[in-house]
Amino acid sequence: MEAIEAWFLAFYRDTGINLTIIYDGFDRARFLEGVGNTVLLSMVCLVCSVLIGIVGAWMQGSPRAWVRWLAQVYVQFFRNTPPLVQLYFFFFGLGPLFVITVEQQVGQMTFAREMPLLTSFHWAVISLSLFAGAFNVEIFRSGIEAVPRATVEAADALGMSRLQIYGNVVLPLAFRICLPALNNNLVNLVKTTTLAYAIAVPELLYQSNQIWSDSVNVPEMMVVLLFLYVGLVGVLVTGMQRWERAMRLPGFGQ
Amino acid sequence: MPADRPTAAAAWTPDRPIVHIDDVHKSFGSVEVLKGVSLDVMKGDVVCIIGPSGSGKSTLLRCINALVDIQRGSITVEGQEVHDPGLDKRLLRRKVGMVFQQYNLFPHKTALQNIMMAPIKVLKQPRGEVEDRARRLIAKVRLSGKEDAYPGELSGGQQQRVAIARSLAMNPDVMLFDEVTAALDPETVKEVLVTIRELAEEGMTCMLVTHEMGFAREIADHIYFTDRGVIVEHGPPATFFTEAKDPRTKEFLGQIL
Repeated sequence: MEAIEAWFLAFYRDTGINLTIIYDGFDRARFLEGVGNTVLLSMVCLVCSVLIGIVGAWMQGSPRAWVRWLAQVYVQFFRNTPPLVQLYFFFFGLGPLFVITVEQQVGQMTFAREMPLLTSFHWAVISLSLFAGAFNVEIFRSGIEAVPRATVEAADALGMSRLQIYGNVVLPLAFRICLPALNNNLVNLVKTTTLAYAIAVPELLYQSNQIWSDSVNVPEMMVVLLFLYVGLVGVLVTGMQRWERAMRLPGFGQ
Repeated sequence: MPADRPTAAAAWTPDRPIVHIDDVHKSFGSVEVLKGVSLDVMKGDVVCIIGPSGSGKSTLLRCINALVDIQRGSITVEGQEVHDPGLDKRLLRRKVGMVFQQYNLFPHKTALQNIMMAPIKVLKQPRGEVEDRARRLIAKVRLSGKEDAYPGELSGGQQQRVAIARSLAMNPDVMLFDEVTAALDPETVKEVLVTIRELAEEGMTCMLVTHEMGFAREIADHIYFTDRGVIVEHGPPATFFTEAKDPRTKEFLGQIL
């Protein structure tokens, strides 16, 4: 490790290319924290947005008009507004409403202080999940509508309930049909996590900004950022492709 | 009123029709597909419904397990009114099995899983017991060795036999066959018909909509000829094919025989 650090320090002296995130312990820790937060934020939002998509698509097919209407309002609202505005709305608009009062003792005096109930990370999870979820609802709907009616009818004729049919027949087939579109949206979601920068979530972009402000190595960090996102999204895409292949069925959708 | 229902079902005895259809009317929009159809099926009977396309045969079959609702008339299965709005359709569908023209297997499940799904999910039967039964059914429809094949890997005839086994796994009292050989290659039609014939010989109550006149003649206890939403003529096959009286029946039989 020390040899590597020494090499990159020498590399900086010889070439002027300053990669503090490798040879400087403090910058490295900040950077790794950023990577960790971006990965965590992406994974949590990924799972939440898919769940939202599944529930929303189920609501869109409800026999009750008001349930369908609710799903539709949600999709329109979150699909048709900019994600940065949504993030601000949640963090600055709703954030101040979600506070708890804690008593704080300073010497003889007791102060009542308002503390935020949710951190900026929490708000980012909520906001980005709802944003990506709105697209997922529409993506799942396209998959669900492509499931042959006759297949559903067969399940119906076997006495299965609507929920059983949805879980055991419709969703597994719809998933396979809409996976390519889902992949696209999830890739977009990972990239959109950089917006959390705006509400000071210490994710990759935010931490990099801290680093380049202190170490004055802006071009280096830009290149690092770009390649890191290529790598992160590459892992996701490879995983999804594997999944797509594993789910492929002989004689279906070909 | 709801208190009468169990009584009505309990009052059914095998000497009364297992399927009783009385003056059934059905319209899709302004098109009247069934214009007062009545027929009775006794337990163990094999009934074939024949007739030109668009005569309402398939619709009639689909009314029996409430896949299609009716506007007027009455259908009872084992004494239970099918179109009672308070009836849990899932209970009805356990008694009435249905096989479709396009097989409609679940493409993401193997042959065995296709058969096991409904008994496990709907009847909540233990998996091991259901699997034993499913394997026996696969053997019964002569598909041993294909348990783990996906529908996409099976021929049409094989898929249709899996579909029959899937219905049988629910232990229905009545089986409905909706043009089950119409989408098959001529050489695979026979294997499906053999399976149906065995079922009929075992005493299963069967209602078939079919274009296989030879098969209908051989297997049916009773043949109904429908045209433009009504039953034009019916009778046992021995007399139906040779002594048809109505000109429409004669014309139809003349075209296909």
